Amino acid sequence: MVEPLVLKDHTRESRIYFERAALGFGLLIFLTLFLVARLFYLQIVQHNVYATLSDKNRIQVQSLPPIRGLIYDRDGELIADNIPSFNLTITIERVDDLDATLAKIDELVGLSESQIEGFRKRLRRRQRPFESVPVLFKLSHEQIAQVSVNRYAMPGVEIEAKLVRHYPKGELMAHAVGSVRRINEKDVHRLDRVAYSGTDHVGKIGIERFYESDLLGTVGYQRVEINARGKVMKVLDSTLPVPGKDLVLYVDSSLQQVASDALGDRRGAIVAIDPLTGGILALVSKPGYDPNLFVTGIDYDTYAKLLDSIDVPFFNRAVQGQYEPGSTIKPLLALAGLVSGITNPDFTIEDPGWFQLPNDERLYRDWNWTKSGLGGHGVVNLQKAIYRSCNVYFYNLAVKLGIDRIHEYFEWFGFGLNTALDIPEASKGLLPSKEWKREARGLPWYPGDTVNIGIGQGDMLVTPLQLATAIMLIANRGKWIAPRMLKEGSDLMNQSVAVSPQDIEFVPEDVWELIISSLQMVVHRGNQGFGENGTAWAHIGRNITYRMAGKSGTAQVVGIKQGEEYDEAELEERQRKHAWFVAFAPVDKPRIVLAVLLENGGGGSEFAGPVARQVLDHYLLRSGQQLANSK
Amino acid sequence: MSQDFVRRLPDSGFVFQRKSGLGDKVHLDFPLMFLMLCISSYGLLILFSAVDQQSGPVLAQSVKLGIATVVMVVMAQISPILYLRLAPWLFVVGVILLVLTYMVGYEVNGSKRWLRIPGLLSFQPSEIMKLVVPMILAWYFHDRHLPPRAKHVVWAIVMITIPVLMIAAQPDLGTALIIGASGLLVLLLAGIPWRFVLGALGTCLVSAPALWFVLRDYQQQRILTLLNPERDPLGTGWNIIQSKTAIGSGGLFGKGLFQGTQSHLDFLPESQTDFIIAVLAEELGLLGIVILLIMYLLLMGRGVIISLQAQDTFGRLLSGTITFTFFVYVFVNIGMVSGVVPIVGIPLPMVSYGGTSVLTLFAGFGIIMSIHTHRRIIL
Repeated sequence: MVEPLVLKDHTRESRIYFERAALGFGLLIFLTLFLVARLFYLQIVQHNVYATLSDKNRIQVQSLPPIRGLIYDRDGELIADNIPSFNLTITIERVDDLDATLAKIDELVGLSESQIEGFRKRLRRRQRPFESVPVLFKLSHEQIAQVSVNRYAMPGVEIEAKLVRHYPKGELMAHAVGSVRRINEKDVHRLDRVAYSGTDHVGKIGIERFYESDLLGTVGYQRVEINARGKVMKVLDSTLPVPGKDLVLYVDSSLQQVASDALGDRRGAIVAIDPLTGGILALVSKPGYDPNLFVTGIDYDTYAKLLDSIDVPFFNRAVQGQYEPGSTIKPLLALAGLVSGITNPDFTIEDPGWFQLPNDERLYRDWNWTKSGLGGHGVVNLQKAIYRSCNVYFYNLAVKLGIDRIHEYFEWFGFGLNTALDIPEASKGLLPSKEWKREARGLPWYPGDTVNIGIGQGDMLVTPLQLATAIMLIANRGKWIAPRMLKEGSDLMNQSVAVSPQDIEFVPEDVWELIISSLQMVVHRGNQGFGENGTAWAHIGRNITYRMAGKSGTAQVVGIKQGEEYDEAELEERQRKHAWFVAFAPVDKPRIVLAVLLENGGGGSEFAGPVARQVLDHYLLRSGQQLANSK
Repeated sequence: MSQDFVRRLPDSGFVFQRKSGLGDKVHLDFPLMFLMLCISSYGLLILFSAVDQQSGPVLAQSVKLGIATVVMVVMAQISPILYLRLAPWLFVVGVILLVLTYMVGYEVNGSKRWLRIPGLLSFQPSEIMKLVVPMILAWYFHDRHLPPRAKHVVWAIVMITIPVLMIAAQPDLGTALIIGASGLLVLLLAGIPWRFVLGALGTCLVSAPALWFVLRDYQQQRILTLLNPERDPLGTGWNIIQSKTAIGSGGLFGKGLFQGTQSHLDFLPESQTDFIIAVLAEELGLLGIVILLIMYLLLMGRGVIISLQAQDTFGRLLSGTITFTFFVYVFVNIGMVSGVVPIVGIPLPMVSYGGTSVLTLFAGFGIIMSIHTHRRIIL
């Protein structure tokens, strides 16, 4: 078979090929130049942009959160430290099936819908691939074990440790030290982003709040080179964090414990102060709460239960609770009376058991008043008026002093003021005056108001801390020393907004001695027969080995109608009187000042007195301590 | 068997005279080999950096280059006449292998590209087609009038389309595009009239929107990502963002050999294979890339010269197509890494890690050398 002859024009083909190949090669050079132009654009024109991107890729600035300062009590016992807390995290890139992994975690350690929701929210906010995202916080040892054992089946699931605040004494120190809380949305706007980068907690109350800037420390940084999986390859440079300052408080843990035990299950507060330094030795408010609950976030049910409790455990009665001072105020009135010359040690009154203002029907009763008319304290001088806590004497004295003068004297003792150097949340109480009543109530000051002030009732309100501070001023014979929590470790107290009254220099020494000896008789005057003993003697004055000055007080919760006898048993528990006892000891050289409040506790001497005695006994008599002033 | 009637006019000026030398005796082209050696060495150096200075992968790649060189030498010894004769059979066998791949090939990453002869070897039939498609077209035009007539163009397009569609269906869009491009290159070099070219281009532009719906989802994603990498910075956009960052941060002189942070800290994906040019760009800068591009240009220039000196249509078209296809690799690879071409998975010739691509390339150069060195005495 003969194929058709194909006649090829070789020259023409060659020429066509040459043309096409030359054109092709020209195009090839052109496209190569196009690539070079593209690379020129990226590498020269846009170089800075991409160099920055590259550095942003590889260099990560990591904040190195400082370690929060520790808080010690006066004996070096830890009150607040930092312990590792374990979080469960997921690196999504290493997870094959997220839903299955979450289900597996739920099966192992439990995972609620809201926790998954939170995790997904955090997952959306992450910055780069291979960034781990926390799922669960504060794993228990069992949970860690559960997860660890099963980790092979859950790629991408990790356990990461972080230091968090821990209060080894739990509830005991809750109101004395305060606590930190997890930083929330509101805090984010208030706090310095830089200073708190890497820090999850902020002091929310108490010492933790007041000394926050010193406890926090200074954040450090390190620039690290990381790979695409977020693994740190090397540290380029770093500024180390400066740990927060450690604080030493005046608080005495063992005294705090004794005070807390002495209160037991009763609602109340105890404030004990060292009169030489103003250092607060014990600050108890009952009931309390476990501050550790707040560190990693409290669950809603527990929080609601605490918040709604009728006993208000979050309420710090010691510094925020405002109560009528009752008879504890009498020594101060006595002092005002003596100094102003209204009364003198020899001035006596005849106490029939009641007091009446001129032209007024109303009977102001003494505490031992009876319908039968057999009450009263008989002939009463100033000393007896104090150790028997005679109301009528002080009704009389108060009326003679007048509210203006009472207000002036009481202010010297810090009432109506927050004088604590490092407890900004402390209440100011209420020191009534004519001006106050006009403004607050729109009413004039009535003489009857002054009568009530004479026995610490009516409008006047004080906190246990204020009362302890006032008694400290007597113990120190007029020398003002501001109460404080911090012993050493910070200068922040200098920035305190607390108001400090002046030293009282206008009170003669013999007046101090008379007041103090009268207070001593409250406790120690005994075996004198009915109606002649100190009011607290029967309860705490026997077999006491040191000299104590004290004064009881009873604050009414409900008013008693005219002509009605007071029957404690008939009153509902929460309508019972508040019991006060203030004291200092040893008398000659006071080492501790104390205010005890029992909410609805009944009579001051009978119920609050023994609590005070227990606390003082522990402080002054505990083994190994030389009792300076024992008799 | 067709005959080649050669009418040669001594001074026509379109035939490049050359003297025969040592290269002709051993059927090798030394300038080409020298340039290949330069590029391969440069490639190994970049690879050494890309694998974090481990010698293992570099040695493995060297062995592959060695094997590929042996293949090249063997291919060069075979006379182009044999290639011409075998071309149709190779094409038929290639298509059969593609069918087999479609039926019994095994899947890797969702695409069926590999055929395994149990106990012997695994290979991608599509790789063979990279050489066979130009070969069959060169064979087809070898004894036809050039420039080709419309009828022949249609047949040629059919021959291109069959393997291209089969490979695209694997799916292996990158290889399909390369093979399609090489087929079209044969047509262009054969002198297809420009009106055909313009017509085809116009048709493409018009049908482009329709083509969009033919593309698979991930292929659409790649194109969308090219247009705007930020739309999915952690997913499909990650590669292109990171490679552009690597290139851009390199600047004029680069960060220094082995000093690239994008690659060594694993931000750059596929840094040893398809994206290796980004390592070069990051560490040796624009200068390093320009050096590589110059070597590529010289290599292709040599290939073009060889094709111009070829004695017949088959040799001319085949060697020219192999040379220009080589450029398609270079352009698409660098273009995709620098973000001007969608990511289609094409390695950088003689630099990317991997044996298959090198083997095909070297075999191609072997054919070029064969064409160049098996000369017949022409009257």
